[in-house]
Amino acid sequence: MTEIETRDVLAVNALSVAFADRDAPTAPPRTVVDGVDFHLGHGRVLALVGESGSGKSVTAMSVLGLLPANARVEGSIRLEGRELVGADAATVRAVRGGRIGTIFQEPMSAFNPVLTLGAQIAEAIVTHHPRLRRREVRARSLELLESVGIAEPLRIARSHPHELSGGQLQRSMIAMAISSDPIALIADEPTTALDVTVQAGILDLIRSLRDDRGTAVLLITHDMGVVADLADDVVVMRSGHVEERESSPALFAAPQAGYTRELLRAVPRLGETAARLRSSEPLPAELSAAAEVRAARIEYGGGWGRPAVVAVESATFAIRPGRTLGLVGESGSGKSTLGRAFAGLVPVRSGEVLVGGIDLARASRRELRELRSAIGYVFQDPASSLDPRWTVGDAIAEPLRLGSDKTPRERRARVLELLDAVRLSESHLERFPHELSGGQRQRVAIARAIALHPSLLIADEPTSALDVSVQARVLDLLADLQREFGFACLFVSHDLAVVQELAHEVAVMRAGRIVELGPTERVLSAPDSPYTRRLLAAAPVADPAQQAARRRAWRGLAAEADPAAGDGDAA
Amino acid sequence: MRMLRFAGVRVLGAIVVLLLITVLTYAVFYLLPANPAQLSCGRPCTPENLRRAAEFMGTDLPWWQQLLEFLRGIVLGRDFGSGAAAVHCAAPCFGYSFQQNASVTELILSRFPVTASIAIGAAVLWLVTGVAGGVASGMRPGSVVDRGVMMVSIAGVSAPVYLVGLLAILLFGFVLRWLPTGGYIPFATDPVQWFAHLLLPWCTLAFTTAAVYARLTRGQMIETLGEDYIRTARAKGLRESRVVVRHGLRNAILPVVTVFGLDLGTLLGGTVIVERVFSMQGLGALLVTGVSVVDLQLVVGFTLFSAFLIIVSNVVIDVVNGVVDPRAKATA
Repeated sequence: MTEIETRDVLAVNALSVAFADRDAPTAPPRTVVDGVDFHLGHGRVLALVGESGSGKSVTAMSVLGLLPANARVEGSIRLEGRELVGADAATVRAVRGGRIGTIFQEPMSAFNPVLTLGAQIAEAIVTHHPRLRRREVRARSLELLESVGIAEPLRIARSHPHELSGGQLQRSMIAMAISSDPIALIADEPTTALDVTVQAGILDLIRSLRDDRGTAVLLITHDMGVVADLADDVVVMRSGHVEERESSPALFAAPQAGYTRELLRAVPRLGETAARLRSSEPLPAELSAAAEVRAARIEYGGGWGRPAVVAVESATFAIRPGRTLGLVGESGSGKSTLGRAFAGLVPVRSGEVLVGGIDLARASRRELRELRSAIGYVFQDPASSLDPRWTVGDAIAEPLRLGSDKTPRERRARVLELLDAVRLSESHLERFPHELSGGQRQRVAIARAIALHPSLLIADEPTSALDVSVQARVLDLLADLQREFGFACLFVSHDLAVVQELAHEVAVMRAGRIVELGPTERVLSAPDSPYTRRLLAAAPVADPAQQAARRRAWRGLAAEADPAAGDGDAA
Repeated sequence: MRMLRFAGVRVLGAIVVLLLITVLTYAVFYLLPANPAQLSCGRPCTPENLRRAAEFMGTDLPWWQQLLEFLRGIVLGRDFGSGAAAVHCAAPCFGYSFQQNASVTELILSRFPVTASIAIGAAVLWLVTGVAGGVASGMRPGSVVDRGVMMVSIAGVSAPVYLVGLLAILLFGFVLRWLPTGGYIPFATDPVQWFAHLLLPWCTLAFTTAAVYARLTRGQMIETLGEDYIRTARAKGLRESRVVVRHGLRNAILPVVTVFGLDLGTLLGGTVIVERVFSMQGLGALLVTGVSVVDLQLVVGFTLFSAFLIIVSNVVIDVVNGVVDPRAKATA
């Protein structure tokens, strides 16, 4: 036992965290982490995996003592043998940023917007090395930025967060996290907010910290692909409990817990033909397109002597009824803009966007209003796209009220029908969005979108805000509804694996242009465009052995590509 | 360079707005049925006298020529009448009060020190106390401190200035006899008396306004302390005081600065009620007199002067915001 303890960097034993209800202090506290044990060894990467509400982030934050004031922590957290639970403020401060560095999920919001990156990194250094001279601190900051693969450390240090890309910011965050040569890093969903090609670079960087500096990493993630790519050991959590604790290869090869198996099964896998598509019947090819875009160009801004920003250029494709086109691209590629153009939400500068044969750009206001009832739109985050003060019933009935002349009685009947179609029951009718889970909320959003029998359904990242297991069920639902109602679907996503599950055809976008268009199977198995190849190679798969091979392939492709665009870090 | 461009654009915009306000103000007041010539025509007001008065004032000209004369006067100064009876109004001429026989510019400048003394002192006081109170309660919402500050601020928000002022005079002036009850002593004459006479007006204004600032700061502080970068700052191992001030307050203060600039600009244009309550002859008192005797030139000049102050403070806020918040420049 003693021997193990000396090699462990971080030992967590019987950790429990409970939150007291602020409004009802006498009520029993709500337990969110219950009896969690794990050991993080020197130079190892331990992944805490779980879906939202599993307690993985709370566990990690309790190590740093960064829980809200109403949290009660019990059990033991030992860092290099020293107890952190109940330690005094000065000890905890010395650990934060000193012995343990932290990387957060959203690099865009994790930096203070009004200070330069240089100032923020310097602050971290000075806090733990108060004797250093200003010049030394500056030199150290630049050296750190360089060590995390930032090409122009001086420029980055002088920049404010809003001037930089997500990849640059996350690298800077890592530079700040390792500024005091910590023995361990906590990486809380470090790549979730990043594009897949940027993610691959960041994962590589974290891996090199482990290999070169012997830094232990506590990785918190929901993404099995990231786990397979980086983790040595895995702890699977579910509603505050540890479901399974295993080394990474063993876990992926033979998951023991039923929950782990379920989780792995729900992960969409690239390169496997999707069951959802096989069951859909092929449609006659001569059927005219339900929605079409021809040589469309969309610009933002401009005027007053400033050049316009081109968001989409010469986009051309068509979607036939009953078919799904997956529109794939990284952030800033113009995929969402193009999706919005199909709903007439952004003006098209030139070219045509046709829905049901009518050009949205030239349609009159009345035509446009009528046309909108033929278009359903599902947004990314159902928590913010549904009005929090409307019940589920009201939300679904609204399009019926606006776009049909049904009586209240007929509307109610149709709402019940729709609830049934999205596998919700009548009991949900009077609930408010906050009383529903993320998956249920997205079902309501889908019911709303299909209420008027649209000929085109636009789904903009409809599952990005959902857990994998929920995502799988929502994708099933979309496929079923399409088979039943025969609408054409424009499925906008950053995730190739998700698109593969649902789309008959794929269009890959980059910097406003469609770089590749074709049947899903062909594009994903034998892509023509080098960009598609890089995108495919960068997406991690939930299999450590396969992922290691893919990683090598990705490095080769990334090196081939021009360096500025290759790592996706250029602003 | 970007900062210069940013400031340049803002100043240009301000000049355009000022010009528009000038035209509008001029139009509103000169299209009124009141005839300035009639008002100062004297008795008996023969048609001949009336014509002469109109000619003297320039109100016999078409409206657009009057406006051009007015605008020219701002830049070059202007003369009313000719010969021995002529009066000169030096640039920048914002009109001439025929009732008080003085240029509006001179009248305003003579009263400005009084109002500025009240406004600036009060503003500093309310900014400091309001922000301090807001930070103290925003750091721990629901705590005893928070409830205390919010209770006091409710009182401040709902109490009218004249009531607070009169109560203050009653208590500190008449009952305790600590401070003078009214009047203004120029700073150059006696700095101590200047301070003593201003203390009550300052506190009165600050009490009612600081309340708003405390509430605004509190809300901003609570929001900011929930941001991701606050968690990052704590995870770096910073002391809580540094987290709150450098990362929390620095961001929370931005909207407060904006509101402060506007309030100060408005206040410099006249602290009517406080001047009345403490019997001080500032801009507010000047305006009240001007309105009651229908001194149109004075009212127009005064309106423009207030507008000018508000716009200038707006430009200053914009530039300050550009310095404090680098994101603001991106939209210049």
